[in-house]
Amino acid sequence: MKSVKLENVTKKFGDVIGVENVNIDIKSGEFFTFLGPSGCGKTTTLRMIAGFYYPTEGRIYFNNEDVTNVKPNKRNIGMVFQNYALFPHMTVFENIAFGLEVRKLPRQVIKEKVERAQRLVHLEQYSSRKISELSGGQQQRVALARALVIEPDILLLDEPLSNLDAKLREETRVEIKRLQVELGITTIYVTHDQHEAMALSDRIMVMNKGRIQQIGTPQEIYNKPANLFVASFIGETNLIEGTVKEVTDNHAVVEVDNGIILKGMKTNSVPELNFQVGKRVTLSIRPEVINIGEGANQLQGEVLLTEFSGSSINYLVKVGQNEFNVMSVNTALAILQRGDTITMNIPENGIYFMEQKG
Amino acid sequence: MTANTESITPKKSLWSRLVESRYFVYVIVSPLFLILLAYVIFPLYKTFADSVLTEDGTWSMSNYIKFFSMQTNVEALLTSIFISIISVITCAIVGVSLAFLLERYDFPGRKALSVLSLVPMALPPLIGSLSFWFLYGESGIFPRLFQTMFQLDEPPFAISGIWGVIIVHTFTMYPYFYLSASAAIRGLDPSLEEAATSLGAGRVRIWRKVILPMLTPAIVSASLLVFMISMASYTAPLMFGVDRTMTMQIVLSRTNGNLDMAATQSTILSLVSIAFLILMKWYQNRRNYQSQSKGIGVHRTEVRSKLMKYIAMILSIIGVIILLLPILVIVLISFSTDGEWTVQIIPTSYTLENYMNLFMDDRTWRPVWNSIQMSTVAVIGNIIFGVAAAYAMVRLNFKGKYLLDILIMVPWALPGTVVAVNLISAFSQPSVFSFYQVLIGTFWIMPLAYFVRQLPLVFRNTAASLMQLDQSIEEASLSLGASWWYTFRKVVLPLIFPGILAGTLLAFVQGLTEFVASILLYNVHTMPLSVAIWQKLYSFKFGTACAYSTLQILLVLIVLVLNERLQGDNKQSAVM
Ligand SMILES: Nc1ncnc2c1ncn2[C@@H]1O[C@H](COP(=O)(O)OP(=O)(O)OP(=O)(O)O)[C@@H](O)[C@H]1O
Ligand SMILES: [Mg+2]
Repeated sequence: MKSVKLENVTKKFGDVIGVENVNIDIKSGEFFTFLGPSGCGKTTTLRMIAGFYYPTEGRIYFNNEDVTNVKPNKRNIGMVFQNYALFPHMTVFENIAFGLEVRKLPRQVIKEKVERAQRLVHLEQYSSRKISELSGGQQQRVALARALVIEPDILLLDEPLSNLDAKLREETRVEIKRLQVELGITTIYVTHDQHEAMALSDRIMVMNKGRIQQIGTPQEIYNKPANLFVASFIGETNLIEGTVKEVTDNHAVVEVDNGIILKGMKTNSVPELNFQVGKRVTLSIRPEVINIGEGANQLQGEVLLTEFSGSSINYLVKVGQNEFNVMSVNTALAILQRGDTITMNIPENGIYFMEQKG
Repeated sequence: MTANTESITPKKSLWSRLVESRYFVYVIVSPLFLILLAYVIFPLYKTFADSVLTEDGTWSMSNYIKFFSMQTNVEALLTSIFISIISVITCAIVGVSLAFLLERYDFPGRKALSVLSLVPMALPPLIGSLSFWFLYGESGIFPRLFQTMFQLDEPPFAISGIWGVIIVHTFTMYPYFYLSASAAIRGLDPSLEEAATSLGAGRVRIWRKVILPMLTPAIVSASLLVFMISMASYTAPLMFGVDRTMTMQIVLSRTNGNLDMAATQSTILSLVSIAFLILMKWYQNRRNYQSQSKGIGVHRTEVRSKLMKYIAMILSIIGVIILLLPILVIVLISFSTDGEWTVQIIPTSYTLENYMNLFMDDRTWRPVWNSIQMSTVAVIGNIIFGVAAAYAMVRLNFKGKYLLDILIMVPWALPGTVVAVNLISAFSQPSVFSFYQVLIGTFWIMPLAYFVRQLPLVFRNTAASLMQLDQSIEEASLSLGASWWYTFRKVVLPLIFPGILAGTLLAFVQGLTEFVASILLYNVHTMPLSVAIWQKLYSFKFGTACAYSTLQILLVLIVLVLNERLQGDNKQSAVM
């Protein structure tokens, strides 16, 4: 198991900037995820760790050892590619054995290790199958076994689930997590699916346009987004603008519309937000923290849309100038319809203060 | 976790240090450039030098002035251009109409016709001309047949001269139009036409505004190609005695010992060919809108009326006969007794002796064996060069990549006659590139010529397979700890093997059937198959000549069938 450190890493493709000034410290044994929209530089960062790209600037360390210019075949990494990149001219067994043969292990040892790896991913019966004779999910597991069997110091996965259907995705996700926990291997995982990232990761790095937006645990990223991008990219949220009206020791009061006032806790904000009367700020309010009924920060509005999704009911509510997405758990009681008046409240700690948009 | 930690800073062997160096690409690439320099550029330059350097070593344009002031030369240039332009037009008419007919209509005999429509392409270069000469030439089978049938004093028709050349060109080169037009028609989204119809356009307008513009790229590329090949054509003018073409003039100048003039003519012809190559590359890069939308292909209109069905059937039968006759006549004559066929319509006495001799008489077998040896040597070179060049072009980044691409295509664009003249200019004296040997008159000059002429074949087929091979497969191998070289041997090579094999087979039969360069380079000990055919014809041993030819046809067919198996529907790369 090795730790991975990126220090001021920048990668340019000619004039195009792939990623800029990336600093990460991934602990040994950690499950670390790169999350971000398409083209934000996740693959580029991962490929620098794998050694397929060399950084234009900055250095990369494994366990404090500088590997910036070490060739990919000398890094002892296991990599699972988005399209699996299995060797089509080899059987399942041969694919998994490839890395061991490169390492010139004795035949018997190779056989044992491959068999163990096959058991690990539940592919015992498929030794002599051709790759083209496997389903997508099975191919995915061969790719995983092939990467794991060489006992890599670091496991790299680039959107390994994106080619699978929803059900298989779920299953394989659990499988990957189980293996990672069992083997305790340092894992770097690339995805643009936030649910996947949340479910799997010890820590997540959110990227956008080649830059790091935030690094933190799933809870931190979700509950305390560092900026508007993270707030809107991770989960759903209502972004409401307003003007600070009153600041006390612990609280801030913001007018979001003529006469509509919301009160929240000052600690529940992006770091170093300067509360000043008259300042424009943005509030992030998650749909699920809004309760229906009377209470603190009580609001009254009109239902514009109702969406029933089984376990929950989503309302789009118009309050003055603003529209709120509200999610309430389905309790088998009556459902409000378009045009109905709705009363709702927002708990103080459900309001998150951020800098103004733009 | 593993014992691999120490591999990060190991003491490395020289080889692995070399392979892993940032400059390793240049280790692969520089021999490629060197080979192209030695065997393509240097000979090209030598010929050019011969044309502009006077005996005392000063530069002079006098040869070019002489070229343009000599009636024969100007006439030859104009004739070559005339033949080429007419060939483009006739090939376009035949090829495009056939493509439309076969892609758009269903009629009795369509299947047979569409299979056989590629036969001309399979004919070795000499055989096309030869069979037309036997069939329709002045003392050919059909003119004599009609002469006898209608009891005329003279044959009623016979193809000869410039028109003979054009007819042979049409027959052998229309497939270039046919192939690219069929591909374009298949790529034509029927919904485009339907959209145009729904917008109120009539048939004529649809043709003018939708179909023709979509076919233009295919037609332009094929035109450039046919023009280039017609300019380079040598066997057809030779067979029909048209001396006033550029290729014939080059050979004549050489045989008359007028080497400066041969060099001048070669240089002019090279310039035309290379200009067309560049034009073609430029055009292909500029516009390429083939099949953007997949979906249901074009539906064929069935020919319904009874009368039309009969007409279609009869025309198909005639088409099939015309396509097959060249091969049939060669096979027929191959069984005729040498020297017995003089004024009869078809040979009258038949024998198996020609084939017996082919395999049992040493002197008859000799040219076959020569060709096999020389092609084998050339192909080995082609494989090594082609695979390395393809890998470099597809996978590596280096300075001069575009140049390499052009340089590899140059020998393909150069007429065989010019390739031969260039090699003679370069290697009739010792040079560094021939290891200080005179190559002319030795065994090595012809394999070298074949190597140069077939340079793009293995390259293109290998490059096509490599492009289909996902790069991440190689990366996966690297990430598993394999070195570049191990990856290349164990992963890349097995996966691109079908492409390499296809290119190799094509190059091999091209060597076995090469005529144009061979006729200028051979000597008595190295006489190849095609030259032997030509010599047997010259001494009226038609039977033996055709037995040789049948062997060539057979080899070509075997290779084409094998390639079909190997490549599936990836035909395009084999053709151009
Ligand atoms: N080889 C390359 N040459 C030039 N630009 C590149 C190259 N690879 C990536 N880029 C650019 O770098 C940026 C980051 O690309 P990257 O592949 O890392 O995105 P990504 O986050 O993995 O996106 P996706 O989710 O779509 O895979 C993009 O703007 C991309 O266009
Ligand atoms: Mg990516």
